[in-house]
Amino acid sequence: MANKLKLAIYWAAACGGCDVAILDTDEKILNIAEAADIVLWPIAMDFKYEDLYKMEPGSIDVCLYNGAVRTSEQEELARALRDRSNVMVAFGACASWGGIPGLANLVTREEIFNTVYKETVTTINEDDIRPATNYQGSHGELHLPKIYDRVWSLDQVVDVDYYVPGCPPTPETIWTAVEAIVTGNLPPKGSVIGGTKSLCDTCEREKTEKKITQFKRPFEIIADPKKCLLEQGLVCCGPVTRDGCGHRCTNNNMPCRGCYGPSEKVNDQGARLLNAIASIMDVKDEKSAAELAATWEDPAGTAYRFGLPKSLIFDYKKGGK
Amino acid sequence: MAKYTRITIDPITRLEGHGKIEVFLDDAGNVEQAYLQIPELRGFEKFCEGRPAEEMPQITSRICGVCPEAHHLASTKALDAVWHVEPPSAAKKLRELFYNAHMLHSHIAHFYALAAPDFVVGPGADKKDRNILGVIAKVGLETGQEVIKHRSYAQKIQAMIGGKATHPSCGLPGGLSKPITEEEREKIESMALSLVDFAEVSLQIFNDVVLKNKDYVDLILSDTYSLNPYSMGMVDNNNHVNFYDGMMRITDPEGKEFVKFSAGEYNKHFAEHVEPWSYLKFPYLKNVGWKGLVDGIESGLVWVGPLGRLNAADGMATARANKAYQEMYSTLGGKPGKATLAHHWARLVELMYAAERLLELSQDPEITSTEVRAIPTETPTEGIGIVEAPRGTLMHHYVTDERGMIRKANLVVASAHGYGAMNISVDKAAKGLIKGGQVDEAAKNMIEMAFRAYDPCFGCSTHTLPGKLPLVIRVYDKTGKKLMDLEW
Ligand code: SF4
Ligand code: SF4
Ligand code: SF4
Ligand SMILES: [Fe+2]
Repeated sequence: MANKLKLAIYWAAACGGCDVAILDTDEKILNIAEAADIVLWPIAMDFKYEDLYKMEPGSIDVCLYNGAVRTSEQEELARALRDRSNVMVAFGACASWGGIPGLANLVTREEIFNTVYKETVTTINEDDIRPATNYQGSHGELHLPKIYDRVWSLDQVVDVDYYVPGCPPTPETIWTAVEAIVTGNLPPKGSVIGGTKSLCDTCEREKTEKKITQFKRPFEIIADPKKCLLEQGLVCCGPVTRDGCGHRCTNNNMPCRGCYGPSEKVNDQGARLLNAIASIMDVKDEKSAAELAATWEDPAGTAYRFGLPKSLIFDYKKGGK
Repeated sequence: MAKYTRITIDPITRLEGHGKIEVFLDDAGNVEQAYLQIPELRGFEKFCEGRPAEEMPQITSRICGVCPEAHHLASTKALDAVWHVEPPSAAKKLRELFYNAHMLHSHIAHFYALAAPDFVVGPGADKKDRNILGVIAKVGLETGQEVIKHRSYAQKIQAMIGGKATHPSCGLPGGLSKPITEEEREKIESMALSLVDFAEVSLQIFNDVVLKNKDYVDLILSDTYSLNPYSMGMVDNNNHVNFYDGMMRITDPEGKEFVKFSAGEYNKHFAEHVEPWSYLKFPYLKNVGWKGLVDGIESGLVWVGPLGRLNAADGMATARANKAYQEMYSTLGGKPGKATLAHHWARLVELMYAAERLLELSQDPEITSTEVRAIPTETPTEGIGIVEAPRGTLMHHYVTDERGMIRKANLVVASAHGYGAMNISVDKAAKGLIKGGQVDEAAKNMIEMAFRAYDPCFGCSTHTLPGKLPLVIRVYDKTGKKLMDLEW
């Protein structure tokens, strides 16, 4: 069928949850299969890289790329898919902002290799063997992709047309994106498909403009299920996170960690969260502020849980500065 | 048919995560050696250092979106141990219920979407049809819709407890973030009833499509697809399979108990080996030793996952699953099962167990108790948590400082446990299927079937979990006057 959409789905530094999220559209997956010919989807289909490389530029209508870019293979695939796809979608938090694998930008590749291949208690590696990109084995040469020194979001490597937020995106978010694609009703390039408000704007928990006098950790208290978690001292990323997930964590009596990415007009999600939190701390002077601030454990790993590679420090194009 | 000196299958497909197969041929075109390489590493073990330990169930679930509950709960159990806190009995039951729903999702997805194309559509079918859509075309839309519906039930149950099915947020040291209501319990019970029937149907489909086809039975029992490693799984007090809690039991290639140990002793029994041609390490039995990629009692390689678990146990704790267990071993010619492809069958036996156990727990009077949290009172130190992931034993080990911040993390995941055995299986299949340099698409797919039986999850395996970022917030008042610098 010539008029069927050609769709490619690929995973890079990903967990597979974005692919499962596509299956979670349930019976709608059959509608997707009706509207589109899937030309690459490693989790579910048997097409190989050689099949992809045979395809002409522009021959794929839409590519849903999930996962961050951490290896030379993932970069090559991103470029090959970009060349062949009319619409390139960063699908999920990892592709959009680096996601949780992006936390690896807090350490170097060297440190990761030392931990994994040498230091963990179960590793026995007396000869200090390390995986090598070229290894001359007794039967021939074996290659592994290069692991880059940092994690990149997809748009730091290739041009991206749309972003589908979430870790993973909800079936509703995915369906909105699919409908827009199938009907050709696409928003302006660069748009994020999701709500336009912040999670706090639509959160039903009771807010009283109360200031925080003490930070709490989720295991320390049983949170009141009706009241704002932040006002109970639990750091919640709701103020700076895009709406659209259906409040999946806050409804579960757990604070948001920001997987829907920065809300509209927020560019650095982490910095904005620090600001938002600082503004509701009940403090009088620098000393009391510092004391209270110190009780918030791991602000960087919380505020940038899903977006470290897109934070101001790390946000530049690969090959650029 | 083309002649080769080297055959590359890249990427391997219908599995979770990244992998490729390289097959080297000699001058006569016969296989010298096949390698299953894992081309990725994400580094979780390192970048979890410095994180608050209670965030680990949510961070480590991102190792794998196909078995996020496995990481979530192995991590949560490790946190119970880190904080020396015992969850209330209702919390343990609810975790186990949640976890059996997870097994159902994963096993349904693997059997129908990843494995069935090889049997229902056929190993040599056109690659355009060798997928779930091809399966639905063969078995009919109605059955297809049943598959979709029941996997969706499993996801819905997990979402009720975890907030969302993929990457839940419910696990805390000492329990769960919230209880379930009676209304939710009723929904779970009715879905569980339907899932038990669905598991029965799935075993029937396996019987009709696979066991009644002599070619498939021969293939399953053939030497090309057989192996002789140790087996490991978690067992209850009766040595029956349990996915959430119990002792670890290992049986040797002859089926005799080799060792039984509790989660905390994990490090005494396992070590990991590094090869230069893969980013994934090879776990092995420390007390047997690393003997390379070889099979048998002298080699410390272990089967985990469905067949490993069933081999290592004496039976299943529920009636219908136990019946299916006995039937499987009588066809396989007794225990231990050595047929790699019987992993698929074992997976369906487990599907039945998970459905029956889910039903039992949904009818437990304690399951709606609101007592699902114990607040930790002791100083956090170190802890190990183990669960049986869909693909095998999964171990999380954390060391924290006195505030409960991660100092060290070590993760040994299910697919890594099976990685050594999987390499031998792929090599054996390649040797059996490629002769004189002759190889076609069907043969290549049948080599892939050797790893697919394990349902590997190389997303899981390319984990590894650091550091700190200096942050300063400059606080101004409304007029723009600087009030203070806040350092984090
Ligand atoms: S965004 Fe989340 S679900 Fe998607 S690949 Fe990344 S970690 Fe997995
Ligand atoms: S901070 Fe969190 S709990 Fe509070 S209103 Fe916002 S989203 Fe809701
Ligand atoms: S509450 Fe926050 S972290 Fe949870 S799903 Fe929604 S956006 Fe993601
Ligand atoms: Fe997994």
